Amino acid sequence: MLSTESLKKIDKEIAKYPADQKQSAVMSALAIAQTEKGWLSSETMDFVANYLDMPPIAVYEVATFYNMYNLKPVGQYKITVCTNLPCALSGGNDAANYLKQKLGIGFNETSADGRFTLKEGECMGACGDAPVLLVNNKRMCSFMSNEQIDRLLEELKK
Amino acid sequence: MTQHTQVILAGIDFADPDTWRLTNYLKRGGYKALRKIFSEKISPEVVIDEVKKSALRGRGGAGFPTGLKWSFMPRQYEGEKYLVCNSDEGEPGTFKDRDIMRFNPHILIEGMLIAAYAMGIRTGYNYVHGEIWDVYERMEEAVEEARSAGFLGNNILGSNFSFQLYNHHGYGAYICGEETALLESIEGKKGQPRFKPPFPANFGLYGKPTTINNTETFASVPWIILNGGEKYLELGKPNNGGTKIFSVSGHVNKPGNYEVPMGTPFAELLELAGGMRGGRKLKGCIPGGSSMPILPGEVMMNTNMDYDSIAKAGSMLGSGAVIIMDETTCMVKALERLAYFYYEESCGQCTPCREGTGWLYRIINRIEHGKGRQEDLDLLDNLADNIQGRTICALGDAAAMPVRAMLKHFRDEFAYHIEYKKCMV
Amino acid sequence: MINIEINGKQLEVPKGSTVMDAAKQLGIYIPHFCYHKKLSIAANCRMCLVQIEKAPKPLPACATPATEGMKIFTHSDQAVLAQKGVMEFLLINHPLDCPICDQGGECQLQDLAVGYGESASRYQEAKRVVTNKNLGPLISTDMTRCIHCTRCVRFGQEIAGIMELGMSGRGEHSEILSFVGKTVDSELSGNVIDLCPVGALVSKPFRYSARTWELSRRKSISPHCGLGSNLIVQVKQNRVMRILPRENEEINECWLSDKDRFSYEGLNSEDRLSKPMIKRNNQWITCDWQEALLFVVQNLKACVSQYGGRAIGALGSPHSTLEELYLLQKLVRGLGSNNIDHRLRQSDFRADNYQQGIPWLGMPIAEVSNLKSILIIGSNLRKDHPLLALRVRQAVKSGAQLSIVNSTDDDLLTKVAQRAIVAPSELVRTLAQILKAIIEYRYVEIADKIKETLTKVNVTDVTRAIANNLVSNQPAGIFLGNLSQHHPNYSEIFLLAQEIAKVTSAKLGVFGEAANSVGAYVAGAIPNRKLGNLTTNGEEVGLNAIQMLNAEAVSACKAYILVNLEPEYDTYNPQSALERIKGAEFVVSLSSYKGNITDYADVILPIAPFTETSGTFINTEGRVQSFNGVVSPLAEARPAWKVLRVLANLLELKGFDYETSEQVCTELLSDYGNVADHLNNRINEFTVNLNEANVNGIERIGEVNIYQSDPIVRRASSLQLTRDAHYPRAIISPSLMEKLGLRVGDKITIKQGVGESQLEVEQSESIPDNCIRIASAFNQTATLGGMFGEVSVKRM
Ligand SMILES: Cc1cc2nc3c(=O)[nH]c(=O)nc-3n(C[C@H](O)[C@H](O)[C@H](O)COP(=O)(O)O)c2cc1C
Ligand code: SF4
Ligand code: FES
Repeated sequence: MLSTESLKKIDKEIAKYPADQKQSAVMSALAIAQTEKGWLSSETMDFVANYLDMPPIAVYEVATFYNMYNLKPVGQYKITVCTNLPCALSGGNDAANYLKQKLGIGFNETSADGRFTLKEGECMGACGDAPVLLVNNKRMCSFMSNEQIDRLLEELKK
Repeated sequence: MTQHTQVILAGIDFADPDTWRLTNYLKRGGYKALRKIFSEKISPEVVIDEVKKSALRGRGGAGFPTGLKWSFMPRQYEGEKYLVCNSDEGEPGTFKDRDIMRFNPHILIEGMLIAAYAMGIRTGYNYVHGEIWDVYERMEEAVEEARSAGFLGNNILGSNFSFQLYNHHGYGAYICGEETALLESIEGKKGQPRFKPPFPANFGLYGKPTTINNTETFASVPWIILNGGEKYLELGKPNNGGTKIFSVSGHVNKPGNYEVPMGTPFAELLELAGGMRGGRKLKGCIPGGSSMPILPGEVMMNTNMDYDSIAKAGSMLGSGAVIIMDETTCMVKALERLAYFYYEESCGQCTPCREGTGWLYRIINRIEHGKGRQEDLDLLDNLADNIQGRTICALGDAAAMPVRAMLKHFRDEFAYHIEYKKCMV
Repeated sequence: MINIEINGKQLEVPKGSTVMDAAKQLGIYIPHFCYHKKLSIAANCRMCLVQIEKAPKPLPACATPATEGMKIFTHSDQAVLAQKGVMEFLLINHPLDCPICDQGGECQLQDLAVGYGESASRYQEAKRVVTNKNLGPLISTDMTRCIHCTRCVRFGQEIAGIMELGMSGRGEHSEILSFVGKTVDSELSGNVIDLCPVGALVSKPFRYSARTWELSRRKSISPHCGLGSNLIVQVKQNRVMRILPRENEEINECWLSDKDRFSYEGLNSEDRLSKPMIKRNNQWITCDWQEALLFVVQNLKACVSQYGGRAIGALGSPHSTLEELYLLQKLVRGLGSNNIDHRLRQSDFRADNYQQGIPWLGMPIAEVSNLKSILIIGSNLRKDHPLLALRVRQAVKSGAQLSIVNSTDDDLLTKVAQRAIVAPSELVRTLAQILKAIIEYRYVEIADKIKETLTKVNVTDVTRAIANNLVSNQPAGIFLGNLSQHHPNYSEIFLLAQEIAKVTSAKLGVFGEAANSVGAYVAGAIPNRKLGNLTTNGEEVGLNAIQMLNAEAVSACKAYILVNLEPEYDTYNPQSALERIKGAEFVVSLSSYKGNITDYADVILPIAPFTETSGTFINTEGRVQSFNGVVSPLAEARPAWKVLRVLANLLELKGFDYETSEQVCTELLSDYGNVADHLNNRINEFTVNLNEANVNGIERIGEVNIYQSDPIVRRASSLQLTRDAHYPRAIISPSLMEKLGLRVGDKITIKQGVGESQLEVEQSESIPDNCIRIASAFNQTATLGGMFGEVSVKRM
């Protein structure tokens, strides 16, 4: 169900916790699974549940509690823009609006070509760098003026 | 980036991409405090005493005296105890822990080592905010460096003391910054806060005695051990020891982190941050992260940046996030965004928060969109009252306090917005 | 102890009590939703906020520990203000649809809203709507009503042992649900209906059928498993509409199994008999009671005069009442026959000669929770006795070491320390190993007859570990489950279990299969003792169930009296049972259902199920529980004890002048003395045969599925839709699958004795090699032979 490479990564995470606390690795296991699959289908969650000896519903609880898990397929690049107050004071909304206009989609939508999904994010702990956005959960982009956004989209479209 | 003083960000070369590495940390005098403890055979009790003397207060938000917290850990407890670092920095406006881990991760590791030594703990976890993935990866690398160099693992520096440290990443939930939600999250569950008592010192991670501190709290410890608690206290002011990193955001020219002594006048901090953007007037400031009450500009300009002074002014120092709003800011819109945040981030466990945060948000949203009623203002106040102090964790308070403070200081603006269906500014 | 004060009243409470506990002690009610005495504390609803002196804010009574000198105010302004605030929040997103809600009239939220809610809502925003979930055939949802107390989730995690429900999402978007597309399959699932304080989880079978205030509540006792759970039966217009638990800490606590809760649907089944029927000239006709009874009398008399009393055989169900079974045995004994039995699925009766009393649980039910070491031999515990499984889970939770010796490895939903999963033919040997391991471990004398046997076995790691568990953790209990009792070597299993118990000072117990398994012994529904006397009274011993029904019977019966059973489902070997019964000259069946009875009986007398008669069950711990009928009998059905009384009168037998069932019970028990004095699991030693003649072919593991075990539950339509009631399959281990070249889903023909059955193959790791698990008590498998023994398999 998951590649051996992913399983190896999960095993490494499991090793961080006491032997009888495999469940502790569920957040990273889901993150690793999502990196491989793009999103978390119920089969994937079921697999993770099995792998960690957890009831599937307990995995589902976790997957739906934390914002960064994708429970539906998303575009190739999920762009999450922080619009929280500190960012909003320094152009967070402008960046979001610019992205909406450039991509022709609103929040929680995916562009027709399946390339981009846009999300509204909460504070990312980088308010000093506003506007900030995240690409696919892992790449943080700071000081995202319109020109910077253009550059980013160019790069991602390649 | 930033201006800084002598404690946590001392000696960092922000231009050097390798400034965080172990070699550079060692050059800056890193792990000397730990070595000092081992070479001078300083007992755990003395370490805790030193921290008590320093008047170091928790930098995570609540400002609880750190030395005192450490002394709550059962000394004689047999079996596993845990040390947990709260790097889940999710409080809007706060971004200091990110920089500590990005630029000086080893100071955190050393701080945790000393804490673990003081409390007889062998295992630690560092819970890193989900959205700063690169920082999580850096911490993984830093831990690996420390491990290879013998600073982590068994029998550290031949001292008989052993400590393992692991990083655990979040994945997008503000509530996991609350310490017991964080523990649940490490246990692989939803991040839902626990009812206290029992407190983590007795029933923490996996039900074992656990101490949780903020990143900045731990990062202050090596300096205290090297220079003495008293010295640290003197950096700041009585009961408010040391320096504090303030994350300044919003309408300033140079947003960023500034490590200044406790008690520094706000005006000075504002100047460090480049002053007001466009030379505009300071309208309001949230001095301690979005959960804290907002203060009007005039009040702020006469306040010093330490726990007691800010409390006296009517707010709280919290996590030290200073959100600056100039005269162009619409307070209704600002509050709407904050209310939305708490509504979105409520864990959903307890009734007043789950139901109340949504209600608050919807009313403010209505007002913002020209559908407010004058009665709404009293209703908001009353609902905030009904939430505050009645929830399992302090998120309820965090959602209520900004509402009440906004209504207290900017009620006219809300009334105007209701009456004229548009902003005052 | 701690001294505290609530609302000005002083009291002393044990250390560790919460404010809620303390208030209860004083009879002070503190409103609450999430708190439940059997569940962990969540403190999430916040309804129970109270004022505590010196505390800056109100605190939840359910979670706040009482401390010395604490002063608590449950009704002060601060407390009431807080409670009202919480109530307002609870109601803003609640649909307030009480008039169409099934919970209406028995809703905690509704009740409290009257006291703590305001009449007009200040909430003017859009209300939340939550989609409903399909949780299966038993639980219906209306999730918009959910108040997020998480009782249902905690029940699964903490009591049922399996987390099937969870709360997804967060904040206002939190929802109670099961994992994508999954139903709730726990055999205890119905309890969440009781636990849900609002109308979010309600009974699917009951839904919309009545309002609570139209229902009368009557007490009763469950007729299903050996526990005798206490029931509230709710009745509307002489019809049983619903069954709820009646709290009894010592038996079912506040729980019910789904079988106890939902079987009532079978009471209202289409298949119920409403009139007596007789077969004349191969034609079935309905008739009146007089005609039917005279027909029976005439035929029984003819049989006795032609073949003697011993030609009559009587089989009574262990689900029948004490009174019914007592009169049945009194009647046949009156006719001169000792051929009476209730142990319909038992196959090995050799121990009858050695038993010293009535087999029973060996301890009170509640004591199971306190054991520190438990060995369960041959039991599908979760399905056979769901609430005993719960007790075992409780014990394990508080540290008990659980060992299993069984032929299937079913998930008990608790931590099993050691398990020996072996073929049925290896069970005796496995027990011998455990015994040997203990004797090696600590020197103890045992009977020579057994010692001899032990030389022939070698202890394995697992059996040694089981021995260790028993020796090092006390108190210990060893229990024989249904599979043991049905096993062809029950005697040996019993004896070895007893020896193991003896040398470990464990208590030995037998899980009573049915509600009246102990009562049936007390009633004398056994061939070797009248009234449970320990000796046979000098009389000739009658035929036991297997002898009456076995194809190779020593002496066949010419006439059968069947009470409350369907031989094709309720006996050890349906193949031979049907052959015997069909071959008899006369068969009378007292039954509530028509079923297939017309295939083999000559007369059918419609009797009342437990809800329509008074009676008594003696449960597996020996507790005598009498009950009244809750509705009057359907149409012309009559309580079986009355039918038997009239029959005996017509047969001119003496001593059948009872007016009430109580008189029957009183006569029996006053003669009998204290039931407890007769409960005894001791058995005298005999030489143990290790079953050296190994079965070479494929062994059948027979079992009775949870919802097939008695006539009522077999007709409970909603239970029949659950996963547990799935049609029977041939369940085979992967290695045997491979050996036979089978794939999952293949159809195979199973031959056993003279019959065969076609079944679908299912693979399972929980079956030992060379075994095939085939449930009995299904139509599809009634053609097969005994529950154990050799079968042959052919791919279709
Ligand atoms: C809703 C909520 C969010 C919080 N978020 C954080 C956080 O992001 N980082 C943090 O260190 N403490 C946070 N806290 C405070 C922690 O619960 C805890 O007090 C702190 O980590 C203790 O460390 P300290 O004593 O070093 O401050 C939060 C508390 C609440 C109620
Ligand atoms: S106050 Fe909010 S976040 Fe905290 S426990 Fe209650 S519902 Fe969860
Ligand atoms: S009953 Fe105490 S919080 Fe729900």
